[in-house]
Amino acid sequence: MISLNNVSKWYGGFQVLADCSTEVAKGEVVVVCGPSGSGKSTLIKCVNGLEPFQKGEIVVDGIAVGDPRTDLPKLRARVGMVFQHFELFPHMSVLRNLTLAQVKVLGRSEAEARDKGLKLLERVGLTEHRDKYPGNLSGGQQQRVAIARALCMDPIAMLFDEPTSALDPEMINEVLDVMVQLAKEGMTMMVVTHEMGFARKVAHRVIFMDAGRIVEDAQKEEFFGTPRSERAQLFLSKILHH
Amino acid sequence: MFTGFDLDVIQRSFVYLFRDGMTFTLTLTAIAMAGGIVFGTLLAMMRLSSFRLLAAAAGAYVNLMRSLPLVLVIFWFYFLVPWIGGWLIGASGTVKVGAFLSSAITFTMFEAAYYCEIMRAGIQSIPRGQVAAGQALGLNYWQTMGLVVLPQAFRNMVPVLLTQTIILFQDTSLVYVISVTDFLGAASKVANRDGRLVEMYLFAALVYFIVSFTASQYVRSLQSRIAVIR
Repeated sequence: MISLNNVSKWYGGFQVLADCSTEVAKGEVVVVCGPSGSGKSTLIKCVNGLEPFQKGEIVVDGIAVGDPRTDLPKLRARVGMVFQHFELFPHMSVLRNLTLAQVKVLGRSEAEARDKGLKLLERVGLTEHRDKYPGNLSGGQQQRVAIARALCMDPIAMLFDEPTSALDPEMINEVLDVMVQLAKEGMTMMVVTHEMGFARKVAHRVIFMDAGRIVEDAQKEEFFGTPRSERAQLFLSKILHH
Repeated sequence: MFTGFDLDVIQRSFVYLFRDGMTFTLTLTAIAMAGGIVFGTLLAMMRLSSFRLLAAAAGAYVNLMRSLPLVLVIFWFYFLVPWIGGWLIGASGTVKVGAFLSSAITFTMFEAAYYCEIMRAGIQSIPRGQVAAGQALGLNYWQTMGLVVLPQAFRNMVPVLLTQTIILFQDTSLVYVISVTDFLGAASKVANRDGRLVEMYLFAALVYFIVSFTASQYVRSLQSRIAVIR
């Protein structure tokens, strides 16, 4: 479904990604973790072309992301993305946030988009908030709306960029619950997160990044058993025991 | 100086001042505001474009306009527009452009430079994540700008845009250099005809003050009401 081949990226002279290669199969849930500044957010943003990369190749469902001839908006419409800071459109109601791209990008009718929006809003348990504006919702609620917004497009895969890092602790679970549900239904997911509980519960594989490199790319059991790299061991010991 | 005031002159010329003069002033202000905001927004998008050439062209235009006195620009446009018009349609000579059309074009083009800088600040005030979110949903550049960025930028900038419009309203009086009769021009004509300079210029000042001051008070009250909740 998603394959990365020796992806490298530079900001000026500074290399943020160095020869990153991995695969995400259909229905697979892959968690990407690592210390801040390790390039994990950048990597996931390269997958749908939000960040350009200078070397290597990313192929999503048979389409080369880095190819200048690729219709990026069309590709992005098929890959859902959830951001750290939700990024709902603050000048639109919750329901309009859900229907906008369905109508403008997929060409669905308003009625059809509305039905779909309401269905997904119900799924994330926020039906009664449909006419509110994002600014009137809590962080957890906003992030659930953001997930629903991405799902409205019937994506073939979902990318999550630290979906819970900007949330108050008591709201993290309501968002993770939605994600766990999604993973169990067989959605292809690439998730940048520090939530190791989530990784343990639903991930198939865990990727550990450090300084722009993929240091570890292992099955979950293997990763949580004994990571091969010292760096990953140190990282795990720091975030698991506090 | 204040003895022998003839306030009757105001009453006598009231209809002329407002029906001819003020109508022109307000029409010109409205046209220049609408046109200026549209062109200014396009210029702002160009300035922020990743295409270097577009950004440089828009930047040069804005900097040129903002470095010239308005009177000079009005003057130049008045003489240049007929030539440019002639050149555009391929005529050998010039095209007749009325003083009104000339001033409307001038103010639109001149104000566009100022509205551009306001809209640029407005666009830059929108978090980059909003653009990313629009793109991630498959919106193209124009959709992302038109549906996500500009509505928010515009709303954030409404008070500043209106304040600029108040300045524009005052600046329209400069059309006197091309002998167009705006409100001040009408007042000036009456003043000279009836030899009532003090009365008419005081009255004109009072009208400009009332309109501008009322408008800026309105902008202030608007400011607190329209902020988008984040």
